Amino acid sequence: MHDLIAISPLGATRPRIDSHGPVTLTEVTDRALASVAARLGHEAQANALVASLIGAQAPGPARMGGETLMAFWMGPDQWMLDAPIDSHEDLAERIKAEAKGSASVTDQTGAWCRFDLSGDGLADVFERLTNANTRAFTGGEAQRAAVEHMGCFLLCHSPRHISVIGPRSSAGSLHHALLTAIRSAH
Amino acid sequence: MTQVNRLAGGLIDRSRTISFRFDDKWMKGHPGDTLASALLANGVRLMGRSFKYHRPRGPLSAGSEEPNAIVELRDGARREPNTRATTAELFDGLTAQSQNRWPSLAFDALAINDRLSNFFAAGFYYKTFMWPAAFWEKLYEPIIRRAAGLGSLSLQADPDSYDKGYLHCDLLIIGAGPAGLAAALTAGESGLNVILADEDSLPGGRLNAETFGLGQQSGSDWAAEATERLAALPNVRLMTRTTVLGAFDHGIYGALERVSDHLPVPPEGKPRQILWRIYSRRAILAAGATERPIVFENNDRPGIMLAGSLRAYANRWAATPAPEIAVFTNNDDGHRTAQDLKAKGVTVAAVIDTRPDAPKGNGYEVIAGGTVTNTSGRLGLTKIEVTDARGTRRTIRCGALGVSGGWNPNVSLTCHQRGRPTWDADIHAFVPGGTLPEGMVVVGAANGRFSNHTALTSGADAAAQIATELGHSATRPDLPQAEDTPLALTPFWHVKGAKRAWVDQQNDVTAKDVKLAHQENFVSVEHLKRYTTLGMATDQGKTSNTAGLAIMAEVAGKSIPEVGTTMFRPPYTPTAIGAFAGRARGKDFRPTRKTLSHFWAEEQGAVFVEVGMWLRAQWFPRAGETHWRQSVDREVLQTRRSVGICDVTTLGKIDVQGADAAAFLNKIYCNAFAKLPVGRVRYGLMLREDGIAMDDGTAARLAEDHFVVTTTTANAVTVYRHMEFVRQCLCPDMDVQLISTTEAWAQYSVAGPNARKLLQKVVDPEFDISNEGFPYMACGEITVCGGLPARLFRISFSGELAYEIAVPTRYGDAMIRRLMEAGREFDVVAYGTEALGVMRIEKGHAAGNELNGTTTALNLGMGKIVSANKDSIGAVLSRREGLNAPDALRLVGLRPVDRSKPVPAGAHLMTRGSPVDAAHDQGYVTSACYSPNLGHSIALAFLKSGDTRMGEILRLVSPLTGVEHDVEVVSAHFVDPEGERLRA
Repeated sequence: MHDLIAISPLGATRPRIDSHGPVTLTEVTDRALASVAARLGHEAQANALVASLIGAQAPGPARMGGETLMAFWMGPDQWMLDAPIDSHEDLAERIKAEAKGSASVTDQTGAWCRFDLSGDGLADVFERLTNANTRAFTGGEAQRAAVEHMGCFLLCHSPRHISVIGPRSSAGSLHHALLTAIRSAH
Repeated sequence: MTQVNRLAGGLIDRSRTISFRFDDKWMKGHPGDTLASALLANGVRLMGRSFKYHRPRGPLSAGSEEPNAIVELRDGARREPNTRATTAELFDGLTAQSQNRWPSLAFDALAINDRLSNFFAAGFYYKTFMWPAAFWEKLYEPIIRRAAGLGSLSLQADPDSYDKGYLHCDLLIIGAGPAGLAAALTAGESGLNVILADEDSLPGGRLNAETFGLGQQSGSDWAAEATERLAALPNVRLMTRTTVLGAFDHGIYGALERVSDHLPVPPEGKPRQILWRIYSRRAILAAGATERPIVFENNDRPGIMLAGSLRAYANRWAATPAPEIAVFTNNDDGHRTAQDLKAKGVTVAAVIDTRPDAPKGNGYEVIAGGTVTNTSGRLGLTKIEVTDARGTRRTIRCGALGVSGGWNPNVSLTCHQRGRPTWDADIHAFVPGGTLPEGMVVVGAANGRFSNHTALTSGADAAAQIATELGHSATRPDLPQAEDTPLALTPFWHVKGAKRAWVDQQNDVTAKDVKLAHQENFVSVEHLKRYTTLGMATDQGKTSNTAGLAIMAEVAGKSIPEVGTTMFRPPYTPTAIGAFAGRARGKDFRPTRKTLSHFWAEEQGAVFVEVGMWLRAQWFPRAGETHWRQSVDREVLQTRRSVGICDVTTLGKIDVQGADAAAFLNKIYCNAFAKLPVGRVRYGLMLREDGIAMDDGTAARLAEDHFVVTTTTANAVTVYRHMEFVRQCLCPDMDVQLISTTEAWAQYSVAGPNARKLLQKVVDPEFDISNEGFPYMACGEITVCGGLPARLFRISFSGELAYEIAVPTRYGDAMIRRLMEAGREFDVVAYGTEALGVMRIEKGHAAGNELNGTTTALNLGMGKIVSANKDSIGAVLSRREGLNAPDALRLVGLRPVDRSKPVPAGAHLMTRGSPVDAAHDQGYVTSACYSPNLGHSIALAFLKSGDTRMGEILRLVSPLTGVEHDVEVVSAHFVDPEGERLRA
């Protein structure tokens, strides 16, 4: 076991939590990510692979599914798999082994940062950030969205809990944008 | 000063009295007042000076169409010039200053312009300030700019913030007057998601300004009740203080919400304004109509205003400009002003109606067939001269004159996608016509139907129709009984013979100017506009355009529709640039990207440079170093002597997988990749379709079906987009998948003779990284520090024995600390982008300066790597004759003959003795630096036939910086030309 200590996207050893009004903004660092893209001609197998991994149908456009292991749609026959990092730090390797050549699998854990917004009035925050119609979200949506020029995914667990997955190198800018919008809206 | 002209009633909150200051005077008003209504109530009619002639002016209107009553609102950094007093909501402590006057509003020295008006006719500056030519910029223009104009900027940064946001709805209703409210009630109660936007703070539109009843209620009470009903509907968003300022494609509208403009200072964290982009499936335009004045001699004195506005001030704001008023009208509406003000106790001196068959007065004199032929009063109206139907002139004393020439539907938003309004001969006004923006319906007065009854029913009908179309069952609310009087109007545009009669009061355009434009053959309506500047002020001619067209039509012998209209464009009302910028200002203009060694580098006191959006350490100053060169020289020398570490995370990294991954790379790189063995890296050059070099980098083969491509930092996104285009559009049959992994790995270059020794301390011992086990251009997946998965590439940009080691991003911070600690015994040095640049120039490696969008592989000295044995993007066009001329530019090295001289980048090369001009240009310097290893400046340059000119002495010239000295052409490889170090 190596002895290197990981830091969070915001540069600390512990995730940051901010609260303002009804909204809590939490830096999430305990998830592993891996992209899964079907090999040409193996789309059905890749769909089945994702379905077996998450225990539910592979999600379609702008949707997510699953529980402990969950997946969200990134493009045609392409998904991001998401799992607890403690149990799945080698998520990409494990999926690759199961894919047996039906999909290209790439570790994406370090490529992204994630901030969760929870509480009431989240649509009031997001309408200041993206053109995604978050007011219509009911749960299960996974939408690509540009937030202050940063390419992000919005994952709606419920209207009171939405995750923003954005580029890790810009975590500081993304956190600033989110916090500013929360303070503006509430 | 007391509120001498405050009337009874109104919709102001008399329970509170608030103070405000205009110029030097503090006055009192009430919540609900605008600055203009409060000033009028305090007996102030003079609120500004005109643009060109510095004529005294007061408000013409009571709304956003206002041309005259514009002020500098607030103080200090929040000072906002050109704010309409008619829409500025009064708050306690508000301060405003009049503008475009000196030394004071009442005595303005530049009012002399008014006496010199003969010299300032339309287009005067095109004719007057011609000679000498040099005087225009230095003398005439500054004088004109000083003399003419509006408010002045604070020249301080705006302390407030602005948001930009996005809204979605089934139906956007623009305007919350009777038509908009009826539409919103219908659509809201039918279950549509509705946004109802109005620029006013109080919904109701003209209902708040009139005394008409709706059913058993007053119009304003009905509006308040309708607003309450709407507020209770969760699917209706009522947005007051929100101006819809533009109609764009696909049902998208722009709207500005003034969140905090009515407050002294925005609450902490809250924006001053929000610029909304509204995505609507349908839209109802219920923007009402704007009254238009009649043009007559001296029609611009403070106290002369639109009759409907006079009524609005009395009914809504309980204010009158004067205790004695008159009305000048061509329609029945003007008589309502007389009735309403009389009912409020204001003396109505007379109603001058241009129609010979004018209705009788109800307790006031009506002068049928009369006109107002002149006015007097230096700083405010005192008398009007009236000429009756028989031609008899008489003078009438009054402090205010309400003028009504009819109403113009607010068609602006119907024209934002080039729809042209059409002339309605029944109401003598332009109405929406042609092609409306997709999904838009126009109702009520905006559609030229001016009664409350048609406003309510047309709003409700349109909303019900839309609800049905969108699959809802339409629920129609009970609408009250309302007046349905047809418009009684006889067109009358201007009083004949008037000389100083204002058409566009904000830009000081007179009837005479319009006639002059015609006389000088500026007869097209677009030319008229630009020659006279009619309609080009901040009010966009809302009250002046039609009169201008009517006068032009008359002198041209045409009808008004034949003259046509100019184009309406967004924004509907002036919009602060700050609102368009939103949060994107200063350091928040764009996101910042940080590498994983950033926090460590900050601790070391690194100096950072922006590369794309990345912050990269440029150099790491140490105690005692007073100049950047000292730091950079030390970093270079120490790296070449022992070992240095540089963060190269910013290089683009693209994961390429699939059975056809090798074939795909063979397509995008001009050199061969198909046979690259697993575990090896190769340099690759990408060409654009036109054969010009696009980007270079490396591709490492981790498995038969798995490569990692690196790109330059700046081109990471461009290259990824290019590769996706090739994958999806050019080669859809290839089995290849791409994903960016730039951010997934923290990557460090470890370079120098001791690089291997250092790395052996962190790479787990089961991995052989000896020269034999891991030779130059090897790559592999390894573990470090006791099991952390990592990737190792033996590649070198510096020319030294070098590796790039990549670890999962979250361990990047720990890794740099571990590497620096492990390297302590070798005196390891961290180096920044400057040292990186010096070493690559010493080695002769091309970078962005050389891959500058104009150069080919041949220019770069790599002509031979463009494979002739395969088809790759750009290969064919790279063989064009023009790109392969015998004297094509070639990459060479330069060193100064006098070693103490610099070789500045951008300087040009000339043959000795030839003239210094473009025709004799031999090439140019792309990259230059001081080489601490060689002890003098060196450079890379593109030189015609450079490969055959080694040893030649050329003149280096830079006329801009005064450089001119001799340089020698040498190989671009200044250090280790045989590459022995990097293979060591």
